Amino acid sequence: MAQRGAAIRQEGKSMSESSMPLPGRLPDAAEQESRADTFGNIVEILHDWVTTVDHKKIGILYILYSLAMLVAGGIEILLIRLQLAGPRLNIIPAEVFNRLFTMHGTTMIFFVAMPIFVGFANYLVPLMLGVRDIAFPRLNAFSFWMTAFGGLLLYYSFLGGDGLQGAGTAPDVGWFAYAPLTERAFSRGHSTDFWALALILSGFGSIGGAINFITTAFCLRCKGMTLFRMPLFVWLMIVSSVLVILAVSPLTAAQAMLLIDRYLGGHFFDTQAGGSATIWMHFFWIFGHPEVYVLIMPAFGIASEVIPVFSRKAIFGYPAMVAASVSIAFVSLSVWAHHMFTIGMSAAGNAFFALSTMIVGIPTGIKIFNWLATLWGGKIRFEVPMLFSLAFLFQFLIAGLTGIMLAVAPFNWQLHNSYFVVAHFHYVIVGAILFMVFAGFYYWYPKVTGRMLDDRLGKLHFWLFVIGFHVTFDVMHIPGILGMPRQIYTYEIDRGWGTLNLIVTIGAFIQAIAIIIFVLNLIVSLFKGKIAGPDPWDAWTLEWTTASPPHDYNFDAEPVVYSARPLWDLKHPDDPD
Amino acid sequence: MSTLPISVPVTDTHLPYKGRVAMFTLIAAESAIFSIFVVAYIYYIGQSLSGPTPREVLDLPIFNTIFLLSSSLTIMLAERALVRRAMGNFNLFWGLTILLGAIFLIGTGREWYKLITVDHLTISTNLFGTTYYSLVGLHALHVIVGLILLTAVLVFSLMKALRPEDTKRIEVLALYWHFVDCVWIVVFTVVYVIGR
Repeated sequence: MAQRGAAIRQEGKSMSESSMPLPGRLPDAAEQESRADTFGNIVEILHDWVTTVDHKKIGILYILYSLAMLVAGGIEILLIRLQLAGPRLNIIPAEVFNRLFTMHGTTMIFFVAMPIFVGFANYLVPLMLGVRDIAFPRLNAFSFWMTAFGGLLLYYSFLGGDGLQGAGTAPDVGWFAYAPLTERAFSRGHSTDFWALALILSGFGSIGGAINFITTAFCLRCKGMTLFRMPLFVWLMIVSSVLVILAVSPLTAAQAMLLIDRYLGGHFFDTQAGGSATIWMHFFWIFGHPEVYVLIMPAFGIASEVIPVFSRKAIFGYPAMVAASVSIAFVSLSVWAHHMFTIGMSAAGNAFFALSTMIVGIPTGIKIFNWLATLWGGKIRFEVPMLFSLAFLFQFLIAGLTGIMLAVAPFNWQLHNSYFVVAHFHYVIVGAILFMVFAGFYYWYPKVTGRMLDDRLGKLHFWLFVIGFHVTFDVMHIPGILGMPRQIYTYEIDRGWGTLNLIVTIGAFIQAIAIIIFVLNLIVSLFKGKIAGPDPWDAWTLEWTTASPPHDYNFDAEPVVYSARPLWDLKHPDDPD
Repeated sequence: MSTLPISVPVTDTHLPYKGRVAMFTLIAAESAIFSIFVVAYIYYIGQSLSGPTPREVLDLPIFNTIFLLSSSLTIMLAERALVRRAMGNFNLFWGLTILLGAIFLIGTGREWYKLITVDHLTISTNLFGTTYYSLVGLHALHVIVGLILLTAVLVFSLMKALRPEDTKRIEVLALYWHFVDCVWIVVFTVVYVIGR
């Protein structure tokens, strides 16, 4: 460790001789002000955070908000798992169960997974591109507050109705809210309105954020930062944002139709007046499937930053990575009806959606091979971010394989809406996406806070979470194959699902313990963590040239870039990239 | 690679104007929203269980269409005048654009008034009513937003507060107006030609 510190210092010396602006040159006036813990100061700090348009602060707000939502969604799923731990349990009533799984799904997709990556991207994209801020800072703040109010509105539904204990008037129509269940006649009261309005609000936030990222990447880059020198994370955020534009907008339109039905007496999804329930499914999954790629793209981006740095090799096949991501995005726009094989499409329709779904496997395979080739012959450092990335590679592969199984229409007819499907998409969303979120936390926490996350707690978090994950989701496939449908609040003893479900529940609690350790680590390391310095991982992208945490103005002077790995060039002037 | 000197000239690319890129992105998002409403409209053509039907109540809004589409022309002339800093001409053509847009809105309003009072077609009457008022209404909403923004620019211009550097911003707004006009071509075709 001491040796590495010395190496970093030495590199720091060689860096200071270059033209690259170095952190900490200019005294930061704001930091030098003495801050007493008076009430006025607290109000001032609060005011500062609420009114901020700084991309770093908004990024942190996004991340903190998503973490709070992660806890909320996590508590909901633990209650669900308790209820399912054995046959005929009576821990929560059926109506509450419906509300909880709807809230769990909606929360995790819209208010955890989406904003957490927007948070990462907010913080990192301008730093990686070597610029002062994002293209439209005020739009950025607007987007955050729309997202935040969306979540607030959704959780406001817990008040009223049966009261907090009965989950209030929380939406209970499932996260895909199939019609005509959502129509006035079948969903009385305001539970469905909370769902639709919350998602419209957060949808505006997501679209605003996507406009910002696309514009930033295309219009604001430091000198020499050509499109093909951008870090892959930025590329993948572009792809993710394009998908937000093309996928979240249809959802917003469909929600507007739903509200027209509910409030103005329209008939879009009103089957009694000739409306179609199927068209809602189409509209929802036109959003719903690309949404998965909206979430996985930034996860790919984090993997493409972390794996090279901890393999001590440049990413293998950079242009292929970009091309593969773009083609995944394109293909993902034409696969949505594989969620709907059981509604009775024509054979041609089934064949088209089965094939287009399988085609996704090709560019995805290219990406996995590229990551493996990056590892190949590298000097791998098994730090915590790398551990999460390696687990991601393995789990994402399995998630992809069960995805191809489900793409086969006849197989899908058997397992549609079963726990096999639930296990499959949790393998993607937890096993791939959440794992890369954690990798991102361990990798960039030093940049954001200036301190390292504790290594021992991190490894404990990793191993507990891996074990919990596999206990939960490997086992969850089996009750699915045995015929257990999703979204049921209990089951009979003679089904033989009891033991399997108990194991799944135990796994869920192991994951919960791991996440508690993670949150503890975040808090403890903020005060007691090892001081990180500007570049603790000996990385290559521009964000590591700034101080940790970066100054308000990011860079002392506009950086100039000569390759895809600007810091490598600085550290190895004799052997530039 | 190792022989490449670090002083290799920086490839300085000319970056596009951010307002333009953002507006094109917004237009993509809006197009996706309109597509969903258009798809719903086409899907539900002839699916209403009760009358009135489009053939019975809808008339081709030829003049309305001509007014709105010609506003694309006037806004282009206004832009050209602005580039030349011929502010008199700019105000004239910009004001004409607002006028044409307003006439279009009034036309839509009269059409709706007739549908509601004479034909008794509201948004809740049947599927045709639901899809018609949503699609045409969504477009009209965009015209209203456009008119508010156009009027704001006209006020600034009359107050002589338009600086030369605002030209780029006004071009971005014009882009939005062209989009609103293009959407009308789609709405016109779907609602009044195919759907009737």
